[in-house]
Amino acid sequence: MNEYYLTIGLEMHCEGSLTNSKVFSSGKNEYSEISNCNVSPVDMGFPGILPVLNKKALAHAITMSLILNARIPEYMYFERKNYYYPDLPKGYQITQNPPEECVGNGGYIDIEREDGSTFRVEIDNFHLEEDAAQLTHLYDTSTINYNRAGNPLYELVTKPCLHSADDAVRFLEHMRSIYQYCGISEADSKKGHLRCDVNVSVSKDPNKLGTKVEIKNVNSFSSVRETIIAETKRQIDLINADRENEIIQETRRWDEETGTTVGMRNKVDAEDYKYFVEPNIPRFKIEQSWIEEIKASIPKLPYERKNSYINDLGLSPYDANIIIKEKGISDYYDECIKLGMDPKTSANWLTVNIMGYLNKEDINITEFFIKPDMLKIIFDKVNDGTISSKQAKDIFNEAIEKHINPKELISNDNAQISDTNELEAVIDKILANNQANVEAYHNGRTNLLQFFVGQVMKETKGKANPSITTEIIQKKLEK
Amino acid sequence: MMDKTIIELHDALKSNQVTSQELVNEAIKKSHEVQEKCNAFVTILDDAKGTEVTEDLLSGIPFGIKDNYSTKGILSTGSSNTLKDYVPFFTATAIENLMSHGCVPVNKTCMDEFGMGGTGTTAHTGVQRNPWDPTRMTAGSSSGSAAAVAAGVYPFATASDSGDSIRKPAAYCGIVGYKPTYGMISRYGLFAYVSSLDTCGVMTRSVADAAIVVDAMKGIDPKDMTSWDSSNIHLYQDLTKEVSGKKLFYIKEIVDKNHYTNLPKETEEHLDNFMKTIDIVRSLGIEVDEVSIDQDILNAIASTYIVIGCAEATSNMSNLTGFSFGPRGEGSNFQEIMKDHRTKGFSSLIKRRFVIGSYVLQTVNQERYFKNAQRARRLIVDTIKEQFQKYDGLIMPVGTGVAPKLDNTDRVTDDELTPLEEHLQIGNFGGFPSITIPNGFINNLPVGINITGNCYDDQNVLNIAYALESKMNYKNQIAKEVK
Repeated sequence: MNEYYLTIGLEMHCEGSLTNSKVFSSGKNEYSEISNCNVSPVDMGFPGILPVLNKKALAHAITMSLILNARIPEYMYFERKNYYYPDLPKGYQITQNPPEECVGNGGYIDIEREDGSTFRVEIDNFHLEEDAAQLTHLYDTSTINYNRAGNPLYELVTKPCLHSADDAVRFLEHMRSIYQYCGISEADSKKGHLRCDVNVSVSKDPNKLGTKVEIKNVNSFSSVRETIIAETKRQIDLINADRENEIIQETRRWDEETGTTVGMRNKVDAEDYKYFVEPNIPRFKIEQSWIEEIKASIPKLPYERKNSYINDLGLSPYDANIIIKEKGISDYYDECIKLGMDPKTSANWLTVNIMGYLNKEDINITEFFIKPDMLKIIFDKVNDGTISSKQAKDIFNEAIEKHINPKELISNDNAQISDTNELEAVIDKILANNQANVEAYHNGRTNLLQFFVGQVMKETKGKANPSITTEIIQKKLEK
Repeated sequence: MMDKTIIELHDALKSNQVTSQELVNEAIKKSHEVQEKCNAFVTILDDAKGTEVTEDLLSGIPFGIKDNYSTKGILSTGSSNTLKDYVPFFTATAIENLMSHGCVPVNKTCMDEFGMGGTGTTAHTGVQRNPWDPTRMTAGSSSGSAAAVAAGVYPFATASDSGDSIRKPAAYCGIVGYKPTYGMISRYGLFAYVSSLDTCGVMTRSVADAAIVVDAMKGIDPKDMTSWDSSNIHLYQDLTKEVSGKKLFYIKEIVDKNHYTNLPKETEEHLDNFMKTIDIVRSLGIEVDEVSIDQDILNAIASTYIVIGCAEATSNMSNLTGFSFGPRGEGSNFQEIMKDHRTKGFSSLIKRRFVIGSYVLQTVNQERYFKNAQRARRLIVDTIKEQFQKYDGLIMPVGTGVAPKLDNTDRVTDDELTPLEEHLQIGNFGGFPSITIPNGFINNLPVGINITGNCYDDQNVLNIAYALESKMNYKNQIAKEVK
């Protein structure tokens, strides 16, 4: 591997799911399980329709352009990309081209690795376009769902500047979190919000790029990683076998079943998209004051939150990294801190119990039943000794399972016994019944303290407050 | 009654001489007669109902709609087989605006398929014939609207104009055709042909009627980003014959008889008649100058139009695949199904234009053809705009004479006449307001004159036409068939 230099370029498509309407129509921009329910005549390309640019979608694109340190043109227009396909209702897609006319031209973003090192990703362009409809191919027929048709689609094109699958995925994950943090997209791959094209080339000469091979429509980050690894191996194997001439500039696709990339079509007979200016959207000026307004509205981004978690709240970089990866998780954590909950305990619960549950159930934190204020009730009861930490977990699980506020579950019959008199009676009984062990304790086997605590727990069916119990036993044995 | 102007009809309705339903019935009856003679309609709305007569000048009055306007619940074909059964579920903004004034659509008029072609011979339902002489064409693309208004079916019909589709048929049919400034009337719901040139407008028999109708159609539309706010423009209310002191120009290279080596007699008469009209214009106190324009620029007009028109058309009509509307094609995969739909659906003229459009947009050709056509367009517009610094408008004869015979035997094809034939396209290149009014007869067939002004200067253009119209005898004329 060392003798080869791998270069990767990415095209990341992210559907802007957080505008009310579509990018060029008043059709509703909303994910739905029901096909063809969020459609306007414009989205289906009926005769006589015209595009109207969604200002919010453009503001979102400008936000991203600012974050990517890209140049925003003074005047902007859109182009038509013409091709026939049943998922493209008008027979053309309204998009931006060439790069210097896009909402973002050039630019860069620095990405942090887990070990604290960083790398820079150079941006070729960032542009705004409309999504196509969704085709489903059945046995002898195909269906078209226009819900997605016309939704805002942001395309981020990097320069060929990445050199490992891990860095590629780190970049994609960071961009996903930025989309979420800025309220531009849920960036949910389950809803098909994220799609990537991956360009891979391998060269023996570090100063020269090899032949570029494009792998289209890779739909998850784990597939991106696997795609890069598989395609790199394919190219290296060909070079090693003296068959370098078989690496041609082409478009391939990722085949999940076989874990390989498969050739699709040659770039040679690639389609001519016949780009020309969209005549229905007059060229318009982007006012500097508007850009300033947008700039001022950019929220705290993941790395800023991470730094504040580490520096202000004392979290480990490891935990901080996990929490910031998804905005929903980070928001949940921030809410906990706002409610005055302990930063470290909150982080522990979030990264272990809550995220464990989310992963197991494959759900989003917004769908998670226990909100920070409910979690606080559990924390408070542990802190004031009403319940043990073991009980806390039981209550947590029961609350999720039964969708009951934990408050309702912390009642008398499961509350800890913290009443000293009640505990003393039990303890006296146990000490009386275990005279031999009391003797042994006095003779130096002080670790028997845990034995007595255990006996009390057994007697009280786990409800005895462990710290108070320990305290009383110790006091009595020291007498 | 249907030979009357809008104002006359409104007065008759207000004074209960006639009811809206009676007018509608008459228009429907007349539609069937004109259909028989001119084949002007795709659809006649036999069930159309009269409406309440209010203070609104248009209330209760029947009218026609060109078939490229989307009309909810009413067949809208664009005169194409690709949409032969298409019934839209939304109405074009311009028609919605118009109907909010209480006028009643009684038919959908034939046109050259999707507005392409200037003859009125390419509609999927057949050829439109000129009511003055059914062996002659109406010109197009607003062929049915022109024939119907000229034949006296109603006082007005909506139309659209991408090259001269309102203003040339108006001349051939002896009526008024008005294409306002680009974006004054929303294009939402107008089937797109050349988006950067397409303009909604109207065909009437008088300038005042044109002003009344466009007042009702216009307005900024949130559904059309190229529309603009014209709420401070009241065309009819501000109509005046006080035009003394205005300045017009005509283009020497196109109008001067001596400029041609081989001028057909009819065209010579047409140009002579134009100069006679110029004398009338001067008698109104308007200064008219002859201005020389670079012949190369004039020669570029027609080819610029073809390149831009075909390019945008091929893209605009890529939605016609037969998948979600229009007749479904046959085939075993989507390419075959689409190809079958388009092969069967489009006339050969359109297919030829698609081939041209595709060719000029190809990456290897785009610079040489499409981009150059855009540069030529800019050059032509700048040249005319420069004149608009000094002049209120351009006044020109429409076409090379009267409506040609449908069998094409007398069609003029001489290249040197092309600028005369096609100069109205300048109006679309610049988005200029432009109106054609009748200015006489040659061999008992009508000819027209055109006035074009600078963008947003619609009032000025209409006023000059209004004043000129009042000095001639062709206002509100109904076609009299020439035997």
